Amino acid sequence: MGEKILLKGNEAIAIAAVRCGCDGYFGYPITPQSEILETLSEMNPEKDTGMIVLQAESEVAAINMLYGGAGCGKKVMTSSSSPGISLMTEGISYIAGAELPCVIVDVMRGGPGLGTIQPAQSDYFQITKGGGHGDYRTIVLAPASVQEMNDFVDLSFDLAFKYKTPVVILTDGVIGQMMEKVELSPVKPRWTDEEIVKLHGDWASTGKTSDRKRNIITSLDLDPHRQEVFNMKLQSKYREIERSEVRCETMLCEDAEYLVIAYGLSARVSQKAMELAREEGIKVGLIRPVTLFPYPYGVIEKAVPHVKSILTVEMSAGQMVEDVALAVKGKAPLYFHGRTGGMLPSPEDILALIKSIAEGTYNPGDFSGHNKLWL
Amino acid sequence: MNISDIIKPENKVYGKSGLLLDKEMHYCPGCSHGTIHKIIAETIDELDIQEQVIGVSPVGCAVLAYDYIDIDWQEAAHGRAPALATAIKRLYPEKYVFTYQGDGDLASIGTGEIIHTCNRGDSVTIIFVNNAIYGMTGGQMAPTTLEGMKTATTPQGRSHITSGFPMKITEMIALLPGVVYATRQSVDTPAAERKAKRSMIKAFKSQQLKKGTSFIEIVSTCNSGWKMTPVEANIWMRENMFPVFPPGDIKDETGF
Repeated sequence: MGEKILLKGNEAIAIAAVRCGCDGYFGYPITPQSEILETLSEMNPEKDTGMIVLQAESEVAAINMLYGGAGCGKKVMTSSSSPGISLMTEGISYIAGAELPCVIVDVMRGGPGLGTIQPAQSDYFQITKGGGHGDYRTIVLAPASVQEMNDFVDLSFDLAFKYKTPVVILTDGVIGQMMEKVELSPVKPRWTDEEIVKLHGDWASTGKTSDRKRNIITSLDLDPHRQEVFNMKLQSKYREIERSEVRCETMLCEDAEYLVIAYGLSARVSQKAMELAREEGIKVGLIRPVTLFPYPYGVIEKAVPHVKSILTVEMSAGQMVEDVALAVKGKAPLYFHGRTGGMLPSPEDILALIKSIAEGTYNPGDFSGHNKLWL
Repeated sequence: MNISDIIKPENKVYGKSGLLLDKEMHYCPGCSHGTIHKIIAETIDELDIQEQVIGVSPVGCAVLAYDYIDIDWQEAAHGRAPALATAIKRLYPEKYVFTYQGDGDLASIGTGEIIHTCNRGDSVTIIFVNNAIYGMTGGQMAPTTLEGMKTATTPQGRSHITSGFPMKITEMIALLPGVVYATRQSVDTPAAERKAKRSMIKAFKSQQLKKGTSFIEIVSTCNSGWKMTPVEANIWMRENMFPVFPPGDIKDETGF
């Protein structure tokens, strides 16, 4: 067992970055994730590991610093919250188009616009469907605990370099701010410059040596035929990610008659509702997608024939539920419960919803937030 | 000395830099970019730093600069080259890092990035090609377009009442303590080209000092965008651009 300490989710992200051998963090303050930049600044890792921590002049600059750093074969990372992620989205498209590895943390808050500083899950479409211009995807991991905030940083770097693609840790203001016990990741040394040349010298800007052709990091190809070939290569990479990287947690699904599907904080709340329902003899199971791209359509599809109905819980007006609907294919009634604007779902509300569905008394107007028999 | 002596290798006094690739350039005949590329290649050659250089190309006519000089390159989003350069330099402090940017890229969409990179004093070299017009998109107004100058988006001539004044970004940059060298040059004559190359060498060498950013503006022609012959464009530049953007050093704290 490693060392266990009490940490905020945002602090866990920062500490994990240093421990997993990150080379550079470039960020801009925005609530509710400023503790990531603050914790890293306090840690001042440059003196220990040589990791660079820099406060950029904007989110736009920060994501382009990621492009520059990732283009050098270095492990680089940024974090922001929803409005800042919107500003970064152009840069994420360029990074995907240039096939560069990097890690981006989105600690979601409510929108649209300046919205609120309170937590939300309303960036789901933006993050999981590409978000910027052009046909691209990012790998998206959704932690549901402070432990996973810690664990997913190293995992994200592994996936980012394996597939040369940006990886997004999609979380929210509650998980960023809440404190839980965390077992820290083992310490990995940063790659030396020699190791980077060995590992990534076939594509990264490390300085052109006489033994290789020059490396060019770009997302541009003006020839339509080559550009289409490149797009097909990108798509086959995404199909490979869909085949190999689906991560999903299922709880008590074996005998479940009612299935709840939720990710991140909504899954934590739904888990409590499931426990309360089980105490009352209602057989509820939970599917928690851990990767939102690739999405665990197959896991849901397999569960559908065994349940009476399905409830999706989100902190949005209905985003992930569209992916659930794709997996359910109309083969079972699909209900949606969403809270927005910084409001959170409660275990009691979810329990009451499940009971009304089980008893055939469901009326969407009886519950707070957004409620709908989706499909 | 007869012709057979003259062509002996030991009598060679000048040749194309080996770093300048043989790929046919996409630039219009008469454009200044080709000459500026040559100066950069010669600078890297003479300082013998090919293995330590990383260039950052812009969006604009020079977006394909990476096709012409035999070094590692990164192609940035429009205006963001200085942000890339900051990260590259922070992660590889011993490398020589430069950006190559036009007036639309650097002085319009990229003002935030250029000012903050220079204000942080990152020891990178910024090469700013100012031809007072958007070349690649077909000749629209740039921040450096002169008053009265006709472009596709100022067909009556630029007026400061509607479109502001020609922006003297190099003078603005020179005010920042993070900048160690700021100069304005041109490449319209062999003499000017030699002077510009001396400035280029100084700008790159200043990176060794780790004392701040070096910024080199090159007042250039865009004869296609200006709708002139190359010769006319050079004359027009000297008569009209130089009074607003006078060549010469604005700040030099290199001590070289």
